[in-house]
Amino acid sequence: MSAIRMLSATVAVAFLGLAATAPVTAQDESFAAEREARQGQFKLLGLNIGPLATMAQGRIDYDPVVAKAAADNIAAIASLDQSLMWPAGSDNESVSATRALPAIWADPAGFAAKLDGLRSAAGAMQQAAGTDLNALRGAVRELGAACSACHENYRQPQ
Amino acid sequence: MRVVSWLAGILLLAVLATWWLARPQPLPAAAFAALAGDPASGERIFRAAGCASCHSAEGARGDDLLVLAGGRGFDTDFGVFRAPNISPDPEHGIGGWTLAAFGNAMLGGVSPDGGHYYPAFPYTSYARMTLADVADLKAYLDTLPPSRQPDEAHELAFPFDQRWALGLWKRLYLRDGWVMDQELDEAAGRGRYLVEALAHCGECHTPRDRFGGMDTARWLAGAPNPSGRGSIPNITPGGLDWSTEDIQAYLVSGFTPSFDVAGGTMAAVIEGLSRLPEQDIADIVAYLKAVPAVE
Repeated sequence: MSAIRMLSATVAVAFLGLAATAPVTAQDESFAAEREARQGQFKLLGLNIGPLATMAQGRIDYDPVVAKAAADNIAAIASLDQSLMWPAGSDNESVSATRALPAIWADPAGFAAKLDGLRSAAGAMQQAAGTDLNALRGAVRELGAACSACHENYRQPQ
Repeated sequence: MRVVSWLAGILLLAVLATWWLARPQPLPAAAFAALAGDPASGERIFRAAGCASCHSAEGARGDDLLVLAGGRGFDTDFGVFRAPNISPDPEHGIGGWTLAAFGNAMLGGVSPDGGHYYPAFPYTSYARMTLADVADLKAYLDTLPPSRQPDEAHELAFPFDQRWALGLWKRLYLRDGWVMDQELDEAAGRGRYLVEALAHCGECHTPRDRFGGMDTARWLAGAPNPSGRGSIPNITPGGLDWSTEDIQAYLVSGFTPSFDVAGGTMAAVIEGLSRLPEQDIADIVAYLKAVPAVE
């Protein structure tokens, strides 16, 4: 370390002192059934997006029958009523093993709009999946954007 | 009496030395004299650097991402930073800036009035940009729609509100050399410029020490989420075992190998990266595969 860096470091230490660290809060295991149910539906969504996205990326051959079956599943999952799965107090600051941000409960209208976005992208995918590869590609982009739009503000990073 | 004047003298020297260490250091004006920016090339720089992710309005989508009105808040351990208006409006944005003023902001974190910017603006990464790319970016920004939205002040508590002290911080952490300074093959070398300079991946993916400087010994090895719970993942080969094709697919579509979809601040990063030429994405992945694995 050069003398100037050393001097700067010394002055910086003297100036700022120790930065405080955030306290770690304990989390409880409430709402495990609701949390697992809602996470399960997203796992089922991911499993069905698999063949559609890999076809769109050209990593497997396009198969209209497989694509249509996956798209029908996605539409069915997206149509599920969500009212039992998101009880108040089951956010990531209150319970463990969830990345659901408090924003979901602070902004229910915004969250509902993202779910509507998923439903409409799933509907478009149902129309496109069995048609041809180009239509599938567009619908995959739209579906990915709908997922991402919600994950952006309502889900904690890893 | 003699002791008092000695102490006063030492104190004065300390103040002077601190002032000298912390003074803003702009580039010579001549550095930019011969450069004419090309807005078409600047668009690629803009996408790779992700300017819109921070400087567009909260919740902006589609064409609104090109209105760089500022105003987004970034809640950090140091306080709340507010992104400024960098649209070409001459009064509220940066339309009136010379290329030299813009270059000093990008490469040295120095404002047109000679003050320091906070490193929430990632000039510690942009410092590695070429002058030509800075000029192209400025030329592109000048083509975007102006916004008349006034800037909001950051909300920082003492001592972080002492802007002059950033001069000391820069002495410690502002470097224009590569983090990975070893010999790289051609693709990884181009990727290094994209990752270390433009896309500033290290700003979130590298952990920071207690003064907020990047711990380059753990380069890209993951870090706590700077604004909330959770963490930003390790993207060295020690933390990311995805294939080249998997990483490429993720960077342009947001789909992980298990078909989860990117969220958080990465969603906006992918929105920008998905508009880059395929070669750029391949180069970024070549670099990520060449980075030393950190567990």
